Order: sequence, then structure tokens, then C-alpha cells
Amino acid sequence: MSETHRPEARGEPIDSTITPAGESTKKVEEASLLADAWRSLRKNPWFIISAVLLVLFLGMAIFPQLFTNTDPRECLLGRSRQSPSAEHWFGTDVQGCDYYSRVIHGARNSIAVGFIVAIGTFIIAVVLGLVAGYFGSWVDAVISRITDMVFAVPYILGALVFLNVLESRGVREVAFVLIIFMWPTMTRLMRGSVISVVNSEFVLAARALGAGPITIMRRHILPNSLGPVIGYATVFTGIIIGAEATLTFLGVGLQLPAISWGLQLSDAQPFLQTVPHLLLFPVIFVGLTVFAFMTMGDAIRDALDPKSKK
Amino acid sequence: MSLSVPAAAADPFADKPSVLEVDGLVKHFPITQGIVFQRKVGAVKAVDGVSFNLREGETLGIVGESGCGKSTLAKLLMRLEEPDAGTVKFRGKDFLSVKGDELRRLRRKIQIIFQDPYTSLNPRMSVGDIIAEPFKLHPEEKPKQGIRNRVKELLDLVGLNPEHINRYPHQFSGGQRQRIGIARGLALNPDVIICDEPVSALDVSVQAQVMNLLDDLQKEFGLSYIFIAHDLSVVRHISDRVGVMYLGKLAELGTQDEIYTGPAHPYTQALLSAVPLPDPTLRGAREQIVLQGDPPNPANPPSGCRFRTRCWKATEICATQEPELISRGQITQLTACHHAQQNEKVIPSHG
Repeated sequence: MSETHRPEARGEPIDSTITPAGESTKKVEEASLLADAWRSLRKNPWFIISAVLLVLFLGMAIFPQLFTNTDPRECLLGRSRQSPSAEHWFGTDVQGCDYYSRVIHGARNSIAVGFIVAIGTFIIAVVLGLVAGYFGSWVDAVISRITDMVFAVPYILGALVFLNVLESRGVREVAFVLIIFMWPTMTRLMRGSVISVVNSEFVLAARALGAGPITIMRRHILPNSLGPVIGYATVFTGIIIGAEATLTFLGVGLQLPAISWGLQLSDAQPFLQTVPHLLLFPVIFVGLTVFAFMTMGDAIRDALDPKSKK
Repeated sequence: MSLSVPAAAADPFADKPSVLEVDGLVKHFPITQGIVFQRKVGAVKAVDGVSFNLREGETLGIVGESGCGKSTLAKLLMRLEEPDAGTVKFRGKDFLSVKGDELRRLRRKIQIIFQDPYTSLNPRMSVGDIIAEPFKLHPEEKPKQGIRNRVKELLDLVGLNPEHINRYPHQFSGGQRQRIGIARGLALNPDVIICDEPVSALDVSVQAQVMNLLDDLQKEFGLSYIFIAHDLSVVRHISDRVGVMYLGKLAELGTQDEIYTGPAHPYTQALLSAVPLPDPTLRGAREQIVLQGDPPNPANPPSGCRFRTRCWKATEICATQEPELISRGQITQLTACHHAQQNEKVIPSHG
């Protein structure tokens, strides 16, 4: 092999006109987080189903008057506990209010709690997870131990204790308590996601160029670690809507005169055997909303997973 | 430890000034136990006293098997890891003590090319953004013709189509991605480029193209390379001088010719005798040295010479006295072996 080194013939530059991915006429594909996800989401039937459901429920939450003209607070005790009929599609509840209108109006509070908690948790998780995962060592140790401690408290227990103390409980109070007890899971996910990219060579390359921690986190780590967290946050919204209904059902969530699915479930409990539809309709709505969020979250998580790329 | 260069006639860089002077570089990674109260129970001696100098326009190859500290050495030279001891001087200036803005300015002059072209480029950034990043981080280096034009020039320089500036890394092949990495390294007109196994992840045919590109760029810009690899023939192709590393230390350091035609350290001889020969008629014509066992644990290296546990020449002195990296007797290159002796038998005979 001694005669082969330093050959006279220089390798000519590789032919750069050969396009690496498909024909040169093909439109350049974006690789940004969202464009990437959208391409694969469009083809996912589960995404379409959940998107249609979510649009429906969000419409209910924002514009309930599109779905019903009946005032949910117009109640006549004389028509208490009627069965579903042409006039009252879902029948009437104990107070004699139109149940269809109440279920429709219940979407707002449930979904509001879901969104507030999901967004609040997302912000906490991204900040703490990023800091813990990027800096490591004692910063990570402190954040991780605190996360573990909160994680050890079941949210139902924590929420029961805290919400019981509060005199008046609205969307804000319930959301606040849920955020306090439910941020650890997402924070752990974010931390793990950050750790998986923090030692990538492209991060080392940025450091070698003299980039500071803020620049590296913003330009290199965030775009590559947010995927699983965004997916989970969507699933999480569904979980929270279920959790709000659970807490309200247990009597520590929202209070009358607020209208929410959890309150309706709670009120329907004594009449389970005589008028089961009072339980059935809110359960279907809670179930479908949670299903829609979870399916959507799964689809988004798959779409953002770089390993699922062809 | 002597840094003097052996006055071999074949050394064309003997009168060139040093760009990088490395002396006694040490990096130990602590091994800890316990979760809350971490106790140090030992240290992996990844780099344990490495000295060399790199001269202008020269390529210094560093070879060694996996885990011998090659990549740690690269990270130390880039200040991606802080060394425990030793000095690195860039053009006579202490590179390890500078901080803040001065460090940022010096970083422009030493750049790195990574091994894996699939992880060294941010998959969420376009090629234009990746190569423009050095200019964003160093606004004072902003090119006169505009960042975008300069990026196109760089793409052209490394043999890529400048029209592909808006593409994303996943649309390129491994060799093309490595060219993008090289363009990013070149952006700030560095003096030294550390190539950390830049071709190990590439096909053999593409390896040659990338190495020729590196060679051409060196001629054009007068760059100095530290070329780290585990492939002896790759290092031979590109290097002017070669250092052989074993367990965090340099075993032998000399010109490419000295190392490849008259290896004096038993470890170098063993490495060279293991290089596959393309010509079947030459097989069997040379002495093959097969080393026994695995490299020792770098957390607990052998006393004296680190190679003695696998060396067929080892004697009493090897266990008690650590051999220095010096020029010995008739041998012009620097060797760290008490029994250094040139052995051409491991080299296939010519023609």
C-alpha cells in the first residue's frame, strides 16, 4: 500500500448537480417542526376524526348559541326529570332545565380548565426540563428531586386537600391546583427529550463556535426536543378534562351555579337507576372530548417523532 | 518532555512556526458513586499527559484504537472540555486561560469537523442557516458581500451546488453532509481545523473525495489540520506527521515516513502489521503481530509503560519506569518505549 499514498490524480468534486432527494424540480420540503408534522398528519385518518370532534367541542365551548337557543338557566320545576323528547332532546334535569342546553354549555368550563392546565403545565415543563436537561449536575439533581417529590403525591389526594380548604372554587382555582400537582410527568418527559439532544454533535459544534447557553437552547435544543412534549400536552388536555370532571364529581371541583360536565355527573348520581340519561349524556361528552384530545395527541406525537420519518 | 522536532531531512515543516503547542495535557473523568452525596471512587484517565506541536500548514495525524482518548483530546483542544492539567498555546498565546470575549474571538481560529455527518448538523435548520450560524455568532466577521452570498461561495468551495442553500440536511447524502460540516468549519477563516474522524462514517469511495477536498482546502488556505482517525491508511494518505496514541498517551510521534516505514514502538508495529494488504501475493511475506488480550482499564492503567501488559518485549524496567516520549539512539522519531527498535518486517516489502 506504500505506493498509493498522495496520488497525483485529485478526486474531482462530487457531482453536485445530482440532486440528493428526488428531482430538482420538486419543491424544497420544509423541515421546520410544524411543516414536518403537518405533512404526515394530513394522511392520518385518526387525526382527521379527532380534529373534526375537537372543532365541534371547541365550537360548543366558544359559541354555545350555535348549537342551542335555549337558556340553560331557564328551569321550571314542573318539568323535572323528563325523558328525552322532541322538545327536550336530552330530557330535563332535576331542576327542570333543558338538559341538552346544559350539556352544550358545560363544554366551556371543562375545556377551559383543560386548556389552562395544559398550557400552564407546558410552560413549567419546558422551562424546568430545558434547564435541568441542559445544565445537568446539581441543577438537574435539585429539579429532578423536587419533581419526584410532587410526583409521589397522587393528584386526587393533593387536590382534595387543597380544594376542600377553598371557600369558593371556580375555573381558576381548580386549574391552579391541578397545575400544582400535575406538572411532574411532562417535566420529566421534557428533561429526557432535552438530554437526548444536548450531547448531539450539532450542539457541540455550536458551542465550539462560541454560542452561549441561551442561543444553543433556543436555536438547537428547543426545536429538536419539543416534539414529544407537544404530543403529550394534547393527550394531557384530555386527561385534565377527565380530572376536572372527577374532582367536581367528588365535590371539590367547580360549584353551582357554574355549569360543567362534572357537576352534571355529580347531580345525576342519586338518580342513576331512575333517570340514567342524566348520567349518560355528560359521560358521552366527557368521553368523546377526552378521546378526541388523546387521539389527536397520539397522532401529533407520531408526526413529530423524527424516527418515524421515512 | 522534549518538544523538539527531530531534524530529519524529510520534514518540510521544520522551519514553519508553531500554530498550536500542546504540553502535558491531562483529562481525568471522575467515577462517582452515590446519588445525592457523590463520592469520587476513581478516574478514567482519558488523556494523560499528551504533548505535541502543530506547525503552520501541517497535518498531524493521531491514530489509536477505540477508547484511547483521541476524541477527548479533540474536545480539549476545542475547549469543549476543560483539561485537568497542561497547556495549549495558540500562536504563543495561552488558549486555556482566556475567557469571555477573548475566548470567543480565539474560537474563530480553531474549528472542528465531526465524525458523524448525520448528527453534526441540526436537522431543523436549512443548510443556509447552518453555514450562516458562525456569522450570526460573530457579527464582527460579517462578510462584505452579505451572509447569503458568502454561504453560497462556501458551498461552491466544498463542491456543493450553491442553489441548494435552502435544503435541509436530510436531503443530502453522508458525503455531502460532511461537506456542509466542512463549509461551516471554514466560514470564519480558521487557522487550525481539528478533524475528529471526519471520514470514518463514510463509504470508502466518498472517503477519498472528502480527504481530497480537505487536502485542496489546506493548500488553498494554508490550514493546519489535526486529523484524528483509527484507520491507518487514511491517516497515512493525509498526514505529514503521525502520533500513535495508546491509553491516553502518545506512544510514538514522527513524520509519516518514519512511522510507516520504520515503526519503533511495539504497539505501532502491531498496528501496522494488522493493516490489510490489497495484494494477495504479499500476504504472508511480512511478520504479523497479533496482540493478546484487551486494552487495560483506563481507570486503572498498568504501572510504568501502559503497553507492557500486551507487549512481547516487556521486561522488569517496563513495570517500574514509565518510558518518556523521546528520540532514542538511531531512531529519529519520538518513541515512548525502553526497547524501541525499528522493525521493517511488519511493513510489506515493496513491489
